[in-house]
Amino acid sequence: MEKIPNQKAWLLVLPVFAIVAFSAVIPLMTVVNYSVQDTFGNNKFFWNGVGWYQELLDPATELGGRFFASLWRNLAFSAIVLTIEIPLGILVALAMPREGWGVAFSLVVLALPLLIPWNVVGTIWQIFGRSDIGLMGWAINRLGFDYNYVANPIDAWLTIIVMDVWHWSSLVALLCYAGLKSIPDAYYQAASIDGASRWAVFKAIQLPKMRHVLVIAALLRFMDSFMIYTEPFVVTGGGPGNSTTFISIELVKLALGQFDLGKAAAMSLVYMLIIIIVCWVFFTVMTNAGQDRRPAGGEP
Amino acid sequence: MARIDLVELAHSYTGAADDPASFALKPTSMTWRQGGAYALLGPSGCGKTTLLNIISGIVKPSRGKVLFDGRDVMALTTQQRNIAQVFQFPVIYDTMTVGENLAFPLRNRGMPRAEIETRVRQIAELLDLVPHLGRKASRLTADAKQKISLGRGLVRADVAAVLFDEPLTVIDPALKWELRSKLKVLHRDLDLTMIYVTHDQTEALTFADTVVVMHEGSVVQTGTPEELFLRPDHTFVGYFIGSPGMNVLPAEVQGRQARIAGHVLRLDRTYCGLPAGARVELGIRPEFVRLAKPAPGLLGAKVERIDDLGRSRFAHVRVGDLRIAAGVPRGPAIGQEAALVFEPARIHVYADQRRVEGAA
Amino acid sequence: MMYALPGRRVVLGLFLVFLLLPIYWLLNMSFKTNVEITSTMSLWPQSPTLDNYRVIFTDPSWYTGYINSLTYVVLNTILSISFALPAAYAFSRYRFLGDKHLFFWLLSNRMAPAAVFALPFFNLYSAIGLFDTPWAVALAHCLFNIPLAVWILEGFISAVPREIDETAFLDGYSFPRFFIRILMPLIASGIGVAAFFCFMFSWVELLLARTLTSVNAKPIAATMTRTVSAAGMDWGVLAAAGVLTIVPGAIVIWYVRNYIARGFALGRV
Repeated sequence: MEKIPNQKAWLLVLPVFAIVAFSAVIPLMTVVNYSVQDTFGNNKFFWNGVGWYQELLDPATELGGRFFASLWRNLAFSAIVLTIEIPLGILVALAMPREGWGVAFSLVVLALPLLIPWNVVGTIWQIFGRSDIGLMGWAINRLGFDYNYVANPIDAWLTIIVMDVWHWSSLVALLCYAGLKSIPDAYYQAASIDGASRWAVFKAIQLPKMRHVLVIAALLRFMDSFMIYTEPFVVTGGGPGNSTTFISIELVKLALGQFDLGKAAAMSLVYMLIIIIVCWVFFTVMTNAGQDRRPAGGEP
Repeated sequence: MARIDLVELAHSYTGAADDPASFALKPTSMTWRQGGAYALLGPSGCGKTTLLNIISGIVKPSRGKVLFDGRDVMALTTQQRNIAQVFQFPVIYDTMTVGENLAFPLRNRGMPRAEIETRVRQIAELLDLVPHLGRKASRLTADAKQKISLGRGLVRADVAAVLFDEPLTVIDPALKWELRSKLKVLHRDLDLTMIYVTHDQTEALTFADTVVVMHEGSVVQTGTPEELFLRPDHTFVGYFIGSPGMNVLPAEVQGRQARIAGHVLRLDRTYCGLPAGARVELGIRPEFVRLAKPAPGLLGAKVERIDDLGRSRFAHVRVGDLRIAAGVPRGPAIGQEAALVFEPARIHVYADQRRVEGAA
Repeated sequence: MMYALPGRRVVLGLFLVFLLLPIYWLLNMSFKTNVEITSTMSLWPQSPTLDNYRVIFTDPSWYTGYINSLTYVVLNTILSISFALPAAYAFSRYRFLGDKHLFFWLLSNRMAPAAVFALPFFNLYSAIGLFDTPWAVALAHCLFNIPLAVWILEGFISAVPREIDETAFLDGYSFPRFFIRILMPLIASGIGVAAFFCFMFSWVELLLARTLTSVNAKPIAATMTRTVSAAGMDWGVLAAAGVLTIVPGAIVIWYVRNYIARGFALGRV
């Protein structure tokens, strides 16, 4: 459908523009403003130029060290959960029943973790993983493994990864399920007539048709896992030591804990920039790879 | 490569197997000869796609059996039945090239690489797809995509039958004609049993040696295009095939005489013992009705409309409440009075829509 | 049916059990006494009690948390949808100066980490006197919910043929009347889906909600983290409060279960 050029359409967009600008631009200006100034309290600010940024991006300084350590942790975390959640989500979507009460039941259970407040998700796993009162922690210790997420960094990582998989794999599964539902029956009939194996059907039909939703799923999961704050904060508080301190946790510590506004602001901007750049690169690469999907003739 | 027998086949989508009114396909038995070119013709919703899907195994019928060369295939999957089917809308594998698409059915069956290559090339040549073989299939137009679908249906030489489900719906009219003739050539060259579902009589009559006409879930006539034209077994066949369709006129028939609109017509054959209470009609194709100058003893009519189809012309005339189409080489003017002359040998008598065979 | 995944029942069954088990454990704990929780490992309550729930429903500091949370979530959902609808219509139907850039700028706000905005929001809403009101949280959540709502609704509106608009205008409908009487009923399911997502993201978010409130508008989720540490780990009440935060989400899911698949396709797969 060809869109009509009409500048009056701005009137319809204006309210959204105003409210989002109010919520995004003004705070962002504040952040930029903080990031180039220093303060000794009492609302007295001094021009500091790019000083905070130099400190932040130099791993040798205290601030830079903290920033890069949490950045690597964040990248590792995002990579691990994406590697698990995307294939798992696809698998679960393929395993969904086609019809009957099982569909509604599965959908409701799948959506359940997505609607639990994030700190409650943390609380659930905080309890579930404890060896004294939690089923999982208790069971693992009964099996003879020494598991304690409060003291052991590896156990802490395992716990928050399992928690994230529990929390978000459903999102990938639901997106993929929506993608699978949009494939016309004729494709499966044709594949069956062509003698395709289960694997060939997945590779030749299901995966290509899911590509679009998989891009959305991977983007959402990258953004949200890279911004993660509440759940690990509730479960481990960033510990043991700093082993699960992600950038958001570091940032909140700096801004709301130490009121180091300049450092926090500089870190915020670099943090946002990383997210936007990664998403943009990812989005461009994925959509360009899928360019040949829309032919001139079009499909029904 | 097989003879296909349908034995007492019936299907209901609602699953009410004992309620005949719910049947999408009413009990049907018939045989498809090995190597035949068949068309399954009928309007939308007459059950032709259901019948096709039962043969290929996509739909499990509520009742009856399908035999391939006498062997019951009801327990076999689509894949095991070794059928090829082409659907109404193009189904192509987006990520593969045109060549890979064509090779897909062969590869899945583990054919040696060299054989696949020759076979794919052969089919691509027949369908003019050679220049596209290396291109991504998803980049082509709808026409070309449907050619790929056709090609995938034809690429296997050993199939029991190739089924076409209105395959030319999305194709440009000019190309449609070309593809249809290609299919005809392919049928001759490949010696495959082909069943072609369509609602377009031209498509059916040009493609097939044998046309099967379906109406409201049952097969009403099977025959060559000529038989369907000259001796329609059912008023629906007369009306559906031919353009304009057959004139179907309510009549009273007694022995060798028929009375329509108060006028008595002589028939070529004797019709005795027509079922009592049945709706009796005469059927005659417009091609066998002539328009003449009004004369005593002839059925008078008034010309309402002239359709010039280029090769032939038809006048639509009015007799009382009846409308009749008749062939006219030239003339008459609209509104003019005329008379109708019927070719007695071409008049058929129908009781409750089925043709009644007269005695000599 | 054709091409079912081998062993799909096992895969799906295991995954659903994995999802339900931690929730079951919370539910299980919420019906136990603290003594039972800390002394024995029981798979179901040995002496079921409703005391934990009684605490929550009788103590105002608990149940007002629920009211506060629901207030700002509902406010945010209404705000987001009513602002997003006209914009989505504009993006779907018209081309105008900077439309594409505007759209991507809107979406880029979905990528902004809440942690970045926590402090500036605190300053901003304090300055305009909205701090510690549901409005502050509702407005703050608009930052990520409005872009999402615009995106979803744009997909649904684009699926409505433009001939319908044109016919309505020819029939003399004014723009607002067309919008409310004709367009909105046509995209009702899209509005439902968008509202579901707004509800979901506003309900689950805590960082901003906690930062922008202190006493009067404190959300239930924040109540949980504070009260519990003061009361010295009252596990039973904590579990009961947790279970109660799951309930609104579960109710919403139940009502939209038939739209979930379509909703996740965002109207544009």
